[in-house]
This record gives sequence, structure tokens and C-alpha cells, in this order.
Amino acid sequence: MAEQAAEKTEFDIVAEAHPNKDFKAPELTGEIATPRVEDGMIVKGVTDAIKPHIAKEAIQEKLDFPGTLVDNWDEAVIRRLGELLERYKSLQVYLDTCVRCGSCTDKCQFYLGTNDPNNMPVARAELLRKVYKRYFTTEGKIFRKLAGAEKLDINLLSDWYAYFHQCSQCRRCSVFCPYGIDTAEISMAAREIMDCIGIGQKYVNEILGKVHDIGNNLGMNPKALAATLESTEEDLEEETGQKIRLPLDEEGAEVLMITPSADFFASPHVESLLGYAKVFHQAGISWTFSSKASEAGNFGMFIGNYTQLEKVASRVRDAIDDIRPKRLIVGECGHAWRVAYSFWNTLIGPFDTLDPNYPAPQHICEFTLDLVERGAIKLDKAANDEFTVTFHDSCNVARGSCMGDRPGGQFTIPRELIKASCNRFVDMEKGTIMEETFCCGGGGGLLTDEILQVRIQGAMPRMQALSRVMESDGVNFMALICAICKAQFTKILPKYGVPMSVAGGVHQLVGRAIDLGAKA
Amino acid sequence: MSGLTLVFSIFFYIAIDIFIIGMLLKVWKYVSTPAPLKIPQTPAPKTAAGVGVRMFKDVVFFRSLFRGNKRIWLGGYLFHLALLIVFMKHLRFFLPATPAIIDDLVDIDIYTGFVVVGALAFLFILRLAVDRHFFISVFNDYMLLVFIIAIGTTGLLSRFWEGGGVRSDIPYIKEFVGGLFTFHPGTVPENPLFLTHFSLVMLFLMYFPFSKMVHAVAIFFSPTRNQIDNSREKRWGPWMVKGKRYGQVTPPAAASVLVKDEPTDA
Repeated sequence: MAEQAAEKTEFDIVAEAHPNKDFKAPELTGEIATPRVEDGMIVKGVTDAIKPHIAKEAIQEKLDFPGTLVDNWDEAVIRRLGELLERYKSLQVYLDTCVRCGSCTDKCQFYLGTNDPNNMPVARAELLRKVYKRYFTTEGKIFRKLAGAEKLDINLLSDWYAYFHQCSQCRRCSVFCPYGIDTAEISMAAREIMDCIGIGQKYVNEILGKVHDIGNNLGMNPKALAATLESTEEDLEEETGQKIRLPLDEEGAEVLMITPSADFFASPHVESLLGYAKVFHQAGISWTFSSKASEAGNFGMFIGNYTQLEKVASRVRDAIDDIRPKRLIVGECGHAWRVAYSFWNTLIGPFDTLDPNYPAPQHICEFTLDLVERGAIKLDKAANDEFTVTFHDSCNVARGSCMGDRPGGQFTIPRELIKASCNRFVDMEKGTIMEETFCCGGGGGLLTDEILQVRIQGAMPRMQALSRVMESDGVNFMALICAICKAQFTKILPKYGVPMSVAGGVHQLVGRAIDLGAKA
Repeated sequence: MSGLTLVFSIFFYIAIDIFIIGMLLKVWKYVSTPAPLKIPQTPAPKTAAGVGVRMFKDVVFFRSLFRGNKRIWLGGYLFHLALLIVFMKHLRFFLPATPAIIDDLVDIDIYTGFVVVGALAFLFILRLAVDRHFFISVFNDYMLLVFIIAIGTTGLLSRFWEGGGVRSDIPYIKEFVGGLFTFHPGTVPENPLFLTHFSLVMLFLMYFPFSKMVHAVAIFFSPTRNQIDNSREKRWGPWMVKGKRYGQVTPPAAASVLVKDEPTDA
């Protein structure tokens, strides 16, 4: 009887995690070394026990997912996988296509950082692909293990839970894949399946619940939001001596500004918020936030759930209908910009009530740079002379969106805006920026402290590239356009012995440089 | 018609049918499965012509692989290019009248078959020698390489080994194989080397639609590569399934979870 009581349930096996809070960051040498797959790791991974917390019943049920691991989870997995295969060309094509050529094996920051071979993109995808092969392909049914097919069991599910939450869906591997296989699509499908059998991830699903209940990821109700904006306005007036507004829910404003809620009070996010406000103020364009759409982020994408994705985005549609703006502008947030740029038109479009002269939605960097180029606002570069600046391309902006009307605008526009705001700008090493940028290590729903070790390790390639320009060019400011990048680096930089203040927003620089006197 | 001819003719038709039908079904599946969201891997072209150029670079030059890993690119590219040339040279066995360009190719080119086998051997060694590649390789990856090496080797022996007797049988082979395509097969030459080569190719064709070999067509359906980056300019979707918008039918997860039958007391 006692023995029975000690026996682990299937849920325990999936949930069992060993967070390592005292994990020490690797040393900064400026080199990004590719780890060797050591013999000991071949059977078992090294980070398979580092898992995010599982969402509680109430959180799951709020999103219409089962509250806890369902009894017949194995059948449910196969059935859901079958449904997804019929609905997503990406999943069907990518599960079929991989030839295991090996091109992606040294491209993922989580493999480079953790040394765990299951974090090689192809190995991660194989966790799902072997189940697909076993239940959906003739080859897998005949050849079984020889074809890399495997029966789904609780240990494999446990590996799914660990490794599909060690992927930030940054799509770096896809760049180097001869068939463009997008591991993000595969990890989204895997998370969707896990949600459907009752093992969702706490951090992401809790936040989705907050968005539905309150309107944003941070759970700030409209009253608190209004109060925060008001006190920030007062601070701004004290600082600048001018009445710079942070309007909320003002019907008929020309611009509806959708920004990640972290911008409202997290640091250094709020510095960018001040930057946006100064830009609108100086350009003399009426604008407003919306308490209904007080969140640009859309964690529905992280869990690959179309319903959640659409439901969160629909708040923006409602805000457009209420406020009737002419333009829609999105603040500094990586995955939010991907959702806005690539998905909003499908999910909540068409935007035919907006001014057709402006692309919808528009990124704040596109908007501000246009004002600078037209001379509508003036920037004093000398205000940022204490900084030598570099720019970290956020993964979702770099590989999942664009800015301006030319491919690659997502690289040039933020850089041009930075260069207009400061005198010294240096890019990090080729191969770590633009299309080939590394993720900060906290994207895709990984920004939760129980997997801090993986976040520190995943940040390794970016940190090495950063340390190199800090050493060679005296870089002391890494400009960011993503709320997750900002939160991640603020936490991770000190672990690597780099001051937290090195991380900041692009509009933080703009806000410091903007000339509030010289109104055109 | 001799018994052997009959057996190999039937083998041929079965293999070709499996190959053609299997591939058509695969393509149909890729064509008919919706891509509900715009997911081009950016920076991506803003026009259809641009996407054509991007696809051309990936299909004809393996551009993404080149960026990713030069060694694998070298092995993979040499193999595919050499295979293409060898395939073109084989046309003279199927076609009633060989185009002059192929005759010229046969005259100039002697060693391409060695490139096919050599490149495959190189890829095989990479899988064994590089720790990361070894970790991700499964049995079928090696098996396929060995399989195609075997096809290549029997082909090379046919051409260069006089003792194999294939060269002197060529007129008969041409009559047999060419005849298969016009449904009037000649008598199959009783040459073990030729029959082995022929059988391996047929087995390969039968395996093709059910394996990773579908990468040959799947690449054209890869949404990260074949989509135009114009989601702001042109609305994509919305996508419907069973008459409803995607967002309304996807999960409710509860619906996709099977209810376990209550145990009954019998």
C-alpha cells in the first residue's frame, strides 16, 4: 500500500521539474562555440527536467481547455494532431519533409547554450515527428523505430513538455533549412495539443486569462491604467516643463496606439512610453491608448491556438470600432508586431475605416522615422552622447514581419531611427544580427522564472556577441524594440556581470534626443 | 512473352503506379490543406515574381542549405546535380529517338556516375563522423543512402565492367524498357546485373512517396518560402472550416478530448 502511494502518476511524470535557481551564467569570451554532443547525453537530455509550471485547473478551464491531464490523453493527442494536420499546411508539409540533413543543428540558441542535443531544431521537431510517423505514415507503421517512428508514451510526453517549452519560436533554424521548415509551427502545434489534453503552461495561460478578464497581460484594470498614465503625465511635466499627454480612451483621436502593457510601468519599458508620448506631442498628432486594447502582446500565438489568437486580437477590433481612429500604431513589442503585421488583417481586418494613406497597422519606428525624415520632429543626437549604441534585432520582428514597403525594412528602419538619435552606433557581428539574429532567450512564452536556467543559457549567443562589441567599441547601450527582450535582458544581463542599464528601448533614445522646443 | 519478362513488366507497372498515385495523393494533400495565417519567413519578397526568384534559388542552388552548412551543401548539391545528369543520360534507354543533346552529353560525360556515388558516400560519412549529425540520424537515413549507392554502383558496373555483360545487352534493354513505356515490352535481357539495377530503381520508386523523399515536391508547398510578404496590403483569408471561421471551430479543446467509456458491469 505504501509502495503504491509512492508510485508516480502520469501527471507527476510530466510535471516533475528541477529548477536550478543558482545556475551560474557561462563566462563571456566573445566566442559562440558549438557544443559537442557528448556520449552521455545521447540517451537522455541535460535540460529535460527543467520545465515551466503546469497551469492550474481554473486557468485551463477559463481558456476552454481540460483542467488536468485527461485519462485518455494518448488517444486525445493523436486525434488533435490529426485535426491540426488537416488545418495547417505548415504542419503537414514540415512533418513530412525533413531529411535530417543537419543544417539546423548548430543554429538554435538553446542548443548552443544548454548543450542539450534535444534542443537542436531537428531533434526538437523529431519529438513530434516520431509520433506523426508512427500513427499517420505508412513508412512509420511498417518500419517503426527504423524510420524514427515511436509510440507515444508518458515519458515522451514529458519530453514534449520540457523541450517544446525550451523553444522560443524565433524561427532562426528556418532560415538555414533547405525547405524552410519552421520549428515555431511545430512547437506551436505541440503546445496546442498539450493544452488540449490538460497540460498547459502556467505563465502563458494565466496571462491569456488576464487579457480576457482585464484587458492586458499585466492585469491592470482600466482604473489603475488611467491612474498610472495620469501620474506618469505629472512626472513628464516635472521633467520637461511641458504638458505632454498620455491620453486614454479618447474617441475620435487620430491615432490609436496599441502597446505592450509592460510599457505602462515596467522598467526600462516605460522610458519608451515617454518617448512615444513626446513624439506625438511634438508632431502635434492627437492620439490615445485604449483600455479595451491595452495590450499589444498576443500570447495566443505562443500556444498555437487559433481561437485564443483571434479572441485576444478581437479586443483591438473592438477598440477600433469604439475610437474610430484614422491610424493604428503598434509600440515596441516583437511578437506583437508579428501578430499585428502578419495576422491582424486576417484575424480582425479589413481595416477599411482607417486612412488608406497609411499602412495598417504601422510600427512606431516607421511612424517616428517618417516624422524625422519629414522634419516634423527634430532630434538632438548629442543628448545621447554618453551612449555607444548597438541594436538587437528581435526575432519575431526580424523573421516574421517587415516595416516600410521594402523587404528588410525591419532592419534598416530601427537602425536609421537609432542613428538619428545618437552619434555612435555599432552593429554586432554578422551572423548574429538581422535575419540571423539570436533570440534573447525569453521569447515564445519562456519568460518565467522557474526556467531561468534555460533563459540564461539561451541568451548565451546574444551575450557573447554583445560582450564582443562592449569590449571592442565600448558599447554601453543595447537598443531593443520588444517588451519581452527588455524584461529578459534586464534580468539576464546582471547574471552575466553586465549592468542592467545596458538594455533599453529605441524610443528611450528618441525620447532623450527629441527637441521639445523647436516645434515646426 | 517469357515468364521473366512478365514478372518484370508487372513489377515495373506496379512500381510506377505506386509512385505516380502516391505522389499525386501527397501533392493533393499539400494543395488542399489550408494555410490559415501568413507565415513567410522574412525578409520575404513582396511580389509573386519575387517569390518565384526566392524559390528558384532554393530549388536550383539550395541557397538556404548553403547558408546553413557548406559541407552538407557540397555533398547534397553535387549528388543532386550529378543525379540529374545521369537521369538525362538514361533518357536514351526510354525514348524511341534520343535528342542530339543527350547523345552529346553521353559522349562528353563519363564520370558523373562516380560523382553520384562519391557524394552519397561523403554524406554517409558526415552522418557518422559529425557528432550532431550522428545524433539526429535514424536507420532509414543510412538505409536510403546505401540504397541509392547500390543503385549507382550497379549502374557504374553496368557501364564499366565488361564482364557484367550489360553493354552488349543494351539494344535489348532499350527494347524492353522503351517498350514498357509504350505498353509493348520486348523480352527482358536475362542479365543479373541489369535486373538488379532495374529492381532497385523500382523499389526506390515505390518507397519514394512514403518517405522523406517527398521533399522533392514538398519544398514548393513550404509556406515560409512560397508566401508573399503582403499581409498589410492584401487580406489573407479569413479561413473557413465546415462553414465556420477557424477561430470559432478550433479547439474548444473539450470537443477534441474523447470521453472514455464508462466501465460496464457485465
